[in-house]
Amino acid sequence: MSEISFTGTAFYEFLKEHKLMGSHCPHCGTVYAPPRPFCPTCMAADLEWVELSGAGKLASYSVIAIAPTAMLEAGYGRENLYCSGVVELAEGTRISAQILGVDVAHPENIVIGTPVKVAFIERGEGEARKTFLGFEVIA
Amino acid sequence: MARTKLSRGVAVVGAGMSKFGAFPGLATRDLFVDAFKEMLASVDKGLDARDIEALYIGNFSSDLFEGQAHVAPIMADWVGLTPRPATRVEDACASSGVALREGIIAIASGLYDMVLVGGIEKMTDLPTARVTDTLATAADVTYETPAGFTFPGLYASMATAYMAAYGAPLEAFLRVGLKNHEHGALNPKAQFGQRISDIMEARKASAAKKGKPIPTWVDEMAFLMDERANPTIAWPMRLYDCSPISDGAAAVLLVSEELATRFSNAPLYVVGSGQASDGATHDRPILTGIPAAQRAAQMAYAMAGITPADIALAEVHDCFTIAEIMATEDLGFFAPGEGWKAAIEGRTARTGDHPINVSGGLKSKGHPVGASGAGQVIEIWKQLRGEAGVRQLPGSLRFGLTHNVGGTGQTCAVHIFERR
Repeated sequence: MSEISFTGTAFYEFLKEHKLMGSHCPHCGTVYAPPRPFCPTCMAADLEWVELSGAGKLASYSVIAIAPTAMLEAGYGRENLYCSGVVELAEGTRISAQILGVDVAHPENIVIGTPVKVAFIERGEGEARKTFLGFEVIA
Repeated sequence: MARTKLSRGVAVVGAGMSKFGAFPGLATRDLFVDAFKEMLASVDKGLDARDIEALYIGNFSSDLFEGQAHVAPIMADWVGLTPRPATRVEDACASSGVALREGIIAIASGLYDMVLVGGIEKMTDLPTARVTDTLATAADVTYETPAGFTFPGLYASMATAYMAAYGAPLEAFLRVGLKNHEHGALNPKAQFGQRISDIMEARKASAAKKGKPIPTWVDEMAFLMDERANPTIAWPMRLYDCSPISDGAAAVLLVSEELATRFSNAPLYVVGSGQASDGATHDRPILTGIPAAQRAAQMAYAMAGITPADIALAEVHDCFTIAEIMATEDLGFFAPGEGWKAAIEGRTARTGDHPINVSGGLKSKGHPVGASGAGQVIEIWKQLRGEAGVRQLPGSLRFGLTHNVGGTGQTCAVHIFERR
């Protein structure tokens, strides 16, 4: 798979196939998601794609009321709050994602460290369909 | 960090700023002219502006905010300084803190003896949603903004990590906003120079005038805890935890150290400068502080040969209240996890042992993002020279520090100034 470059485009193409992909350094063993082309730990440049387990835990979060245009268009805002967060994956790397299955009406009750699993959020139709990275609380 | 000292000393001999606020009909160049004029007037022994050899202008996004790119030569032209080299520096909200460092390095290199550093931003022409979108371009648009993160959201996520790690209550954040509005009420250049108590009383008076029920907040904290008075932007950050959308400009004149007293009776010597970069928020070893700020501060302290205890006052990057609390830890004034307690205890107020943002900070003074870093220097200039008027801190002040963050900490510039 390593003939595919470690680009954002490739990451989101994999996400469309419901695969959460990162890169793995064969020298020091560090896993990166988002995928990196270059290992900042040991400076190696021959990283390999790796599919991640999708298991993780919530490292930080916010429940957002003043939404950016893209989230307004997805139906979110003051009247329909959403949660964004940083998730620490089982492989040790961290990534930003929308967090699903939390009580956005009571953000003070959301607990850092809560176990989550990957969720694939589809927005748009046909050619315009895009898949966004999400994580949902494990029930 | 092999070399910790500048090859040649640099001093500030002039500093000025426009008023910060919302100014319909004024472009960045108009605001910059205001700042430049105030800077000229601040040079004790006078200045022939034609002696300025180069300009470094911090600007985040005039491209998106006012549809104008390539702003540095325009600023040079509008103050009569073409054909001198004019360079725009863009590092998001740290643009003019980094422009300052570039100006310092240019003089230290020996190439120039006199450099003008500017900061400019014009944000209020756009509706809030587009300002939010524009600010979000300072985050990682490939891997952070698709998660729905806004700038308030990213700092709010650091706040939840901080609260979980250290047990900080919401009150700690609100105390920072209260304090910075108290400070800003003493600054005529501030955009929102009202105390929270004044805003609260105005809201009561407005309700009474309209014949509506008068709210019964018992104190400012009750006002700030009321969702209707202080709505959530990105929990736990509420309206009064966030710096405003602002227009403004600042200008700082740098000369080589040996020329300082030719222009100024009381120059400020640049004794410390540090800058660092980092990846996206999610990619850092800690979410409860800003590693680039910690590193930039270490560089600046090492260059100055002083410790945090030597700093008489600091202007820090309080784009959000959580950012000020983290800054007071990243700069070494308080241990990690202790900054929120210091905020509640009033230790960072102008009457405390570590005065922070006596100008009102970005929160009250305003945050025209590309001008904020240079704007911080104006307060240090006034305070160390004893020219801050009603907000002058008492005593003999020797060292002042500025801390200017870009994004959520992808960039940080820290500077230390000395009055000798």
